[in-house]
Amino acid sequence: MARGIRDKVAIIGMGCSKFGERWDKEADDLMVEAFEEALNDAGIEKNQIDAAWLATAIEEQHVGKSGTPLAVALRLPQIAVTRVENFCASGTDAFRGAVYAVASGAADIALALGVEKLKDTGYGGLPQRSRGALNSMWWANASAPGNFAQLAAAYRAKHNVAKGDFKRAIAHVSVKSHDNGSRNPKAHLQNKVSMDQVLGAPIVAEPLGLFDCCGVSDGSACAIVTTPDIARGLGKTDIISVKALQLSVSNGVEAQHNSWDGSYFATTRVASKKAYQEAGVTNPREEIDLIEVHDCFSVTELVTMEDLHISPEGGAIRDVMDGFYDADGRIPCQIDGGLKCFGHPIGASGLRMIYEMYLQLQGKAGARQRSEPPRLGLTHNLGGFPHQNVCSISIVGRYGA
Amino acid sequence: MSKGILRHGAYVPMRRLQRKAIVAANGWFNSALRTQGKGERAMANWDEDSVTMAVAAARDCLGDFARDTIAALHMASTTLPFADRLNAGIVAGALNLAESVAGHDHSATQRAGLSALADALGGSGAAPVLVIAADKRRVKAASPLELSSGDGAAAFLVGEGDIIAELVARANRTVDFVDHYRGDGVAFDYTWEERWIRDEGYSKIVPATVKDLFAKAGVTGADIAHFCMPCTLAKVAGSVAKKTGISETSVRDNLADVCGDTGAAHALAMLAHALEDAKPGEMILVAGFGQGCDTLLFRATDRIGSTKPTRGVSGWLARRREETNYQKFLSFNDNVEIERGMRSELDKATALSSLYRNRNTVTGFVGGKCKVCGTLQFPKTNVCVNPNCNAFHSQEPHPFADMEGRIMSYTADNLTYSADPPACYGMVQFDAGGRIMIDFTDVTPDEIEVGTAMDMVFRIKDYDSQRGFTRYFWKATPASSAAAKGA
Repeated sequence: MARGIRDKVAIIGMGCSKFGERWDKEADDLMVEAFEEALNDAGIEKNQIDAAWLATAIEEQHVGKSGTPLAVALRLPQIAVTRVENFCASGTDAFRGAVYAVASGAADIALALGVEKLKDTGYGGLPQRSRGALNSMWWANASAPGNFAQLAAAYRAKHNVAKGDFKRAIAHVSVKSHDNGSRNPKAHLQNKVSMDQVLGAPIVAEPLGLFDCCGVSDGSACAIVTTPDIARGLGKTDIISVKALQLSVSNGVEAQHNSWDGSYFATTRVASKKAYQEAGVTNPREEIDLIEVHDCFSVTELVTMEDLHISPEGGAIRDVMDGFYDADGRIPCQIDGGLKCFGHPIGASGLRMIYEMYLQLQGKAGARQRSEPPRLGLTHNLGGFPHQNVCSISIVGRYGA
Repeated sequence: MSKGILRHGAYVPMRRLQRKAIVAANGWFNSALRTQGKGERAMANWDEDSVTMAVAAARDCLGDFARDTIAALHMASTTLPFADRLNAGIVAGALNLAESVAGHDHSATQRAGLSALADALGGSGAAPVLVIAADKRRVKAASPLELSSGDGAAAFLVGEGDIIAELVARANRTVDFVDHYRGDGVAFDYTWEERWIRDEGYSKIVPATVKDLFAKAGVTGADIAHFCMPCTLAKVAGSVAKKTGISETSVRDNLADVCGDTGAAHALAMLAHALEDAKPGEMILVAGFGQGCDTLLFRATDRIGSTKPTRGVSGWLARRREETNYQKFLSFNDNVEIERGMRSELDKATALSSLYRNRNTVTGFVGGKCKVCGTLQFPKTNVCVNPNCNAFHSQEPHPFADMEGRIMSYTADNLTYSADPPACYGMVQFDAGGRIMIDFTDVTPDEIEVGTAMDMVFRIKDYDSQRGFTRYFWKATPASSAAAKGA
C-alpha cells in the first residue's frame, strides 16, 4: 500500500463563518468572513499562498462555475485555483487537493475553502436541479430525505427492529445534536429540542420527521495547510497534522447489483478502513476520541456509526441509546451540533467539521470543549444517495501522536 | 383460413370516482345531475393517459405471446397525447415490438376503436395484428359527460389460426350526425341534446346498419347471444335490440355503473367482456356509433376460453379502489389551477436525441444480461456491474418489464413534488437479478413494506407543460398477487 499522508501536512490556520440564513450576505462575503479568521490564525500574508481549492456543489445557485469566484473574492495573486464538486464530500475533497499539493512539494502553502449560498431559492430544503438528460428520464422522483429515509426500511428489515424503536433511536441522535448545537455560537440552530418534539414533528419522508433532517443554510469554512517544517518555521508549536484522507466513490454496485442490502454505506466501510490503516489506527472504538459525521439525516448518522467500524453491525441503536456518542460519552459525535444544527452549505460542511476538530485538538472549543483535549478526531462526509454516493474521511490529530 | 380474434385484453384504472362525490360537488349548480349520483366511474391516475392505458391493455392481452411476430399495431383514441407523433410508435416501443411493425393511429370518432378492429380483420396479411383502443376524455365540471364517461382501454390480437372467435360479417355506414364534437385546439366536447341523439341517432342509424349486417350474414336477431352496444344513454341498447329482433337478455351490461363509457375503447371493452363469457358457437354482435356506425358479427369457436387475458375486464374491475375526493379528479385532469409549488417548476425538457439513443432503456425497459457471468442489470452499460466479472462489452439486451420484483427499501416522500403526494418510491430488486430505484404508483404508503412483490407498469414520468411533451417511463405497483392478498 501507498505510504499515505500521515503527518506530512500541518494545518496552520482555519476559519468558519457563522452558518445560517444569511439573508444579508453574498457568497463572497461568507468566503471573506471565513478566510480572514484563517489568515489571522495562520499568521501569514495572503500572497504566501501558492495554490487554492474551492469547493461548491450547487454553484448555479450562487457563484457559478470555475475557480474564479474564490480568486476574485480574496483577490488572490493569479495563483492556481481549482474548483471541486464531489457532492457533499466537496469540502473535504478540496482539502485533500490542498493537502496533496503540499505533500508533493508542489506548493509550500495551500488553501482549501468551501462555500455555499443556498437560501436564495424561495423554498425550504435543498434546491431542485436537473440530473442530466438521460437520468431525468428514468431516475425516481426522489428528494434527499426520501433517498436517505430508505436506509430505515432496509435496516429495520435486516436487524428486525420495530418501527417505534428505530424512530426513538434516530430521535435521540437529533436531541443530542441540538443539545450540542445550543453551545455553539456559529451554529444555525442553537435551540435544544425534546424527544416528544422530535417524535411528534411532521413527516418529511417516511419515517423521517422535520427534526430528523438537517437544516439548509449559508456558510463558508476554510483551511490553510503547509508542511510541519514550514509550520515550525512560522513559530507554530502545538502542531495539528493530517493523519489520513480517504475518498471512496460508488461504482454502481449498490444501485445495480443485488449484493448490497440497502442498510449501510458500502463506501463508508471502505474509506474508513483505509483511513484507519493510513493513520495507524487498529481499534477505532478505542483510539478515535471525537467524530464529526455527515448527519444530513439522523438515520445517516445512526448507520454510519457501524460503517465507521465503531459500533458493531446491528449495535448502533444500543450505543446511541446508551449515550456512547453524547457530548459526555466515550466518543462524542457532532460535539459542535453537526449538520443538524449548522445546516448544510454543501461545499463548506467538510471543512466546518475539520474546523471543529482543529479547535478541539487545541483545546480552543470554548463552552463545548472536551475536558481532556482529544488526540485523534475523525470527520466523515457522505454525498449523493445511499445507493450511489461519495464518501470522504479525514483523520486529524496532534503532530506525532 | 378465416380471420378472427386470437386474444383479448383490457385495462381499467384502479380508482373509481364515486358519482355521488361529483354530484355533491356540482349538484348546487346543475340540479339535474342529482338523479345521476349512482355508481362509479373509472378514474385514471395522474400518470396515465391513452398511451399508458393502451400499453396496459396490450400487455393484458398478449401475455407471453411472441411479440416479434406481430405485423401491425393499430392505436385508436380520441385523446391521443400527441397530435403529431405516432402514438402507436410509443406503444410499440413500450411493448418491445419488432421495428418492422406497421403502426397506425386512428382517431376523431367514438367508433375509432371498432373501426380499427374491423380494418385489421379485413387486412390481407396472415400475420397477427394488434388493435388497441383507449380513451381518457377531458370533461367539463358539472357536465353530464363527467358522470357518464370513464377511463379505460381494450386490446385485441387478430389473425388466423388458433382463433377464439371468427369474424362472420361486417357492415357499416358513415353519416355526418354530429351528436357532439371537439374542434381543433379546443379542450372540451360540445354536446347536443340527448333526446335527439337517442331518437334520431342511435335508434335509426344503428338498427339500419345491423339489418344490413344480418342480411350479409344470413342471420336474425334471435341468433345473437351477446349484443355489445357501447352507449350509456338510458334505454338505447334495449331499443336497438327490440328494433332488430335481438332478445333483451342478450343485451350486454354497458358497464355504466361500474366503469363508465370509455369512449373509443368502449365497444372493444364490451366485446372483450363478452368474450370472457361466450360459449362455443355463440354469436356476438358489437356496434360502434359515431358519425355513422360500424357493426361486427363474431362466432365463438371451440377454442373460446383456451386463452385468457391476464386480468381481463372482470379482473381489472375487481382491482378497485373507491375514490371520493372529487377535487383530486379535477387536479389530475388539470381542470383546476392548483398551487403546485416552486419544486414543480423544474425544467422538464427532454433531449429528443438522447431519448432516441436510449429508447430501448427508457421506453422499452430493456436492461442488460452479461453473456460472461449471466448477471442481470438495469440499465445496460459497457462494463458488467458484477464486481467479480466487470467484463467489457458483454451485455445483451434483456427486457425487465415482465420480471417479478420485491421492495428492498422504500419511503413516502412529502417533500419532492408529486401530483399525488406523498411520492412513494424505493429500490425494487428483481428475483432473477437486477434492481432499480423506481417511482411507485397506484399505491398508498400503508401498502408497502420491505419484501412486497411489485409489478412494472408503463406510466407518465413527467409532463413538460412548457413544450407540451409527455415523458414516459416505468413504475412499480403492488403485484397482482399482493393486491389479491391485501383485498
